[in-house]
Amino acid sequence: MIYWSSLSDFIAMGGYGGFVWSAFGLTALTIILEIGQLWWQRKQLEEAERGQR
Amino acid sequence: MNLFYYASPHTFAPLAAQLVPWCFRLAVLLTLVGLFIGLVMAPTDFQQGDAYRIIFIHVPAAWMSMIIYLVMAFWAAVGLAFRARLASMLALALAPTGALMTLIALFTGAIWGKPTWGTYWVWDARLTSELILLFLYLGFLSLHGAIEDTRRADRSAAVLAIVGVVNVPIIYFSVRWWNTLHQGASVTLTQAPSMATIMFAAMMIMTFAFWAYCIGAALLRCLHLIRLRELEAGSSVNPLPPVLVRELR
Repeated sequence: MIYWSSLSDFIAMGGYGGFVWSAFGLTALTIILEIGQLWWQRKQLEEAERGQR
Repeated sequence: MNLFYYASPHTFAPLAAQLVPWCFRLAVLLTLVGLFIGLVMAPTDFQQGDAYRIIFIHVPAAWMSMIIYLVMAFWAAVGLAFRARLASMLALALAPTGALMTLIALFTGAIWGKPTWGTYWVWDARLTSELILLFLYLGFLSLHGAIEDTRRADRSAAVLAIVGVVNVPIIYFSVRWWNTLHQGASVTLTQAPSMATIMFAAMMIMTFAFWAYCIGAALLRCLHLIRLRELEAGSSVNPLPPVLVRELR
C-alpha cells in the first residue's frame, strides 16, 4: 500500500524532492495566507460591530 | 419554494454561515486523503519521475482558476443585469480566491517545468493565457477598489469580468489550437483518462478538496462583505476603520 521503502526515499522523491516539496510547501503557504487574511477581516469586523453597537 | 428566496443577503447569510465550516472540514479531510494517495501510495511515473506528483495540486488549481472565473463572471453579469447586490458581492468574493488558484497553477507549473522541460517559464500559449487570467482577476479587483461608489464599482468590474470570459476557452483549448510546450489534457469529459487509476483518483480527490476550500473561502468572504455593507449603512456616527474598507472593497 505504501509505495516508498523508507522515509528518506519519500523525502528524496526520486531526486525531485526540492521541486515537489517546494511546490506543495508554497501552495500550503499561500492558502494559509488567504485563511489568515479572512481571519483578520473577521477580527476587524467584530471590532467595528462592537464599536457601532 | 421561491427560487429567489436566497437572493437576499438576509436569507443567504445564515445558510452560508452554516455551510462555511463544513466546506473547510471537507477540504481538510479530502486534502489529507488525496495527499496520502498521491504522495505515499501512488507509484512513480515512468516518464517524468516523481516530479509528476506536482499534478495533484497543479491540475486542481488550474481547473479551479478557470471555473472560478466563469462563476465570478456569471454572478457579475447577474448583478449587472438585475442589479442584484448579492450577486455582485459573490463575484467580488470569488475574485481573490480565483486569483490565488491562478497563482498556484502558475508557480506549481513553473516548478514542474524546470525538471521536465528544463525551464521555469516559456511564452507558450497555455502559460501566457493563464498569466492573462491572473491579470484579469487583479484587474477586476483593482478596478472595483478604485471606484468609490459600490454600485458603480460593481457595474464597471462586471463589464471587465464579462469581456475577460473569452480568455477561458483560449486557456482550455490552447494546447489543441497551438503547438504548445505544455502537454495536452490527460483528463477530458469525453475520453477515459490517460493515466493510472490511482493517480487519477488522487487528482480527483484533490480537485474536490480544492472545490470545497474555494467554496468555503468565497462564501466566508461574501459573508464579510455583507457585514461590511451593513456596517457602512449604519456608520454615520462611527466611521469604519479605513483599512477594513480597503481590504474588503
